[in-house]
Amino acid sequence: MSADARDAILAEVRKSLACRRRANDSADPSGDDPAARLEGHARNLIPDRTAGGKATNVALFVTMIEGVSGTVERVADAGEVPKAVAGYLARHNLPPRLAIAPDPRLAALPWAAQPLLDLRQGAARESDQVAVTGTFAAIAETGTLMMASFADRPNTLNFLPDNHVVVVAVKDVVGTYEDAWDRLRAAGGLPRTTTFITGPSRTSDIELVPTLGAHGPRRLHVILVDDAG
Amino acid sequence: MELTSPRFKANVRDALRKPNLKIAMGRLISTMGPRRLAARAGLPEFERLCDQARDIKNHTLANLDFYLEAYETKLRATGGTLHWCRTPAEARAAILDLCRRADAKTVTKGKSMIAEEIGLNEFLDANGIEPVETDLGEYIIQIAGEAPSHIIAPAVHKTKEEIADLFFAKHQRYGLPKRSEPKDLVDDARKILRPRYIAADVGITGANFLIAETGSSVIVTNEGNGDLTQSLPKMHIVVASLEKLVPTLEDVTTVLRVLARSATGQEFSTYTTFSTGPRRADDLDGPAAYHVILLDNGRSRLLGTEFQDMLRCIRCGACMNNCPVYAAIGGHAYGSTYVGPMGAVLTPSLVGLADSYHLPNASSFCGRCEEVCPMRIPLPKMMRAYREQSFAAKLGPAPERWALAAWAFAAKRPRLYRLASEAAARLLGNHGARRGAFRRLPLAGGWTGGRDLPAPEGRTFHSLWRERQCSLARERQRPGAA
Repeated sequence: MSADARDAILAEVRKSLACRRRANDSADPSGDDPAARLEGHARNLIPDRTAGGKATNVALFVTMIEGVSGTVERVADAGEVPKAVAGYLARHNLPPRLAIAPDPRLAALPWAAQPLLDLRQGAARESDQVAVTGTFAAIAETGTLMMASFADRPNTLNFLPDNHVVVVAVKDVVGTYEDAWDRLRAAGGLPRTTTFITGPSRTSDIELVPTLGAHGPRRLHVILVDDAG
Repeated sequence: MELTSPRFKANVRDALRKPNLKIAMGRLISTMGPRRLAARAGLPEFERLCDQARDIKNHTLANLDFYLEAYETKLRATGGTLHWCRTPAEARAAILDLCRRADAKTVTKGKSMIAEEIGLNEFLDANGIEPVETDLGEYIIQIAGEAPSHIIAPAVHKTKEEIADLFFAKHQRYGLPKRSEPKDLVDDARKILRPRYIAADVGITGANFLIAETGSSVIVTNEGNGDLTQSLPKMHIVVASLEKLVPTLEDVTTVLRVLARSATGQEFSTYTTFSTGPRRADDLDGPAAYHVILLDNGRSRLLGTEFQDMLRCIRCGACMNNCPVYAAIGGHAYGSTYVGPMGAVLTPSLVGLADSYHLPNASSFCGRCEEVCPMRIPLPKMMRAYREQSFAAKLGPAPERWALAAWAFAAKRPRLYRLASEAAARLLGNHGARRGAFRRLPLAGGWTGGRDLPAPEGRTFHSLWRERQCSLARERQRPGAA
């Protein structure tokens, strides 16, 4: 069925486009060659707001993510991350159990200094309350985290637990989505799931009142690490 | 859903009698307009980005055959399967077949207008598979047994009191108490849907975009329900239509910059997710199978016609959020899957004009829809084209057509037109001079039923215009005038 349908649909598309092509009116002012466009990855207009350089972009990232109800905590070096996580759990009265991405950069952190924390590596389970993950890139333009579901970054950790703690290295803060795409292409292309996260889960489906914690995390907390990490 | 567009006028009368609808729609208009404007003001490049988004879609549509094949090749290379479907029936059959192969008892669903277009829920139900809507708005209307009244805010026609009553009626069996605040209602839905995500055998989502460069499908959401829907079950089925194609990641990024701002007034939606094939060999989670249902349903025939521009639509809902007609009657009155100004054009394109000729007439032609459309779709122009077609096909009621024919006869004869309009203006002017307005007027009951008709002052536009031109000419002849 699908093969017949495929041929019929493509034939209909070509028939419809042929009229315009004959009339030399393709309704495409760009006149771009489509094959070249797919290869070229040419950027379209990039908003000016990220043109200010690294330090301004890091500040913009923080402002934007706080503007969508995310929270940000800055630490001077990666060694302080476990303590910051423990502090987050204490502030929100959460049990000291973490579902953590099996990401070597996270595993290398000095967790032993927080002996009360119980860490489990892997994909998320229904009972998990707190997930700790890294991020592939942090995008200043809108305070957006780009999560890429490589083997050491299971996607369910981003959605199932109520609390999502994201460790972001300052070196991974980029200006625009396009900068993040370039990095991802350089890392071998798109994984199964690439998710842009901009704040905790929300809905406005009841009387258009913005309400947090619809189905995904109720809280999104970023630990921004100043050193190279 | 059952198409009730042929009963549009009766639907409208019913809608105007619902006090809660008036409250809910008033809230939509007063909230969403300003939110969009604020987002637009926050990005100086917004209008130029809209122009580029329009050009990207125009380029894609002009080369749609190329991009469809390029997308298919990439999708296959990532291990996904594409199912081409000409009609809603073919799409439903393909989905049912996949669900049966997965031995599915329940499927979770992210929000999808294509699933609404093909009537997927009723069909799955009838075939012994339970569809569970997970988007809060879709969940509300599913348990209420209703159709969406807005393409991105499906339950926007309901007040929180109505939702509270509905939840109490349906949730008592889970031991949940009566709630009244949105926060608590959201929490209840979260509690009830959590185990459903985990138990589901198949997850079905829509797609805001399909990307030719990578073979990915994209969903844009705020709740995270679409992500749980596609990440937890063994199989992820995407239902999409032809015109969702965009060439590259850079191109989709440009369109995304205008989508959320136009839709909800957000800088960016909370979750924008790119799904590329099934889970990879060493992934710890994700669906083992990934299928894309690609629906045509008449879209390929719109290419190359004066309605091709409609295929640029990215379903942001800005046209309905800013439409005075939609604001008065709500979405259900349209009686079709797609509502508001975009629905008034897309519905005739998909189901034919005979059943839907009322919809392109449901416009005051104020032009707001075109003004706010980020894809620059000339909605009023296309509604006018459908009005012309329905007149030519003799679809409207006969007296309306006779009146239009009489007017056209006069309008093509300037002297007759002037004589007739002068006579009418004088007559109405003399009769209405005392009160300045008419409470009732034969043949104008539709107007005077709800408000007074101001009386003309006795002269026509033509005669006022002539007078103005004469005095301007005298002005110019005066010595010393520039």
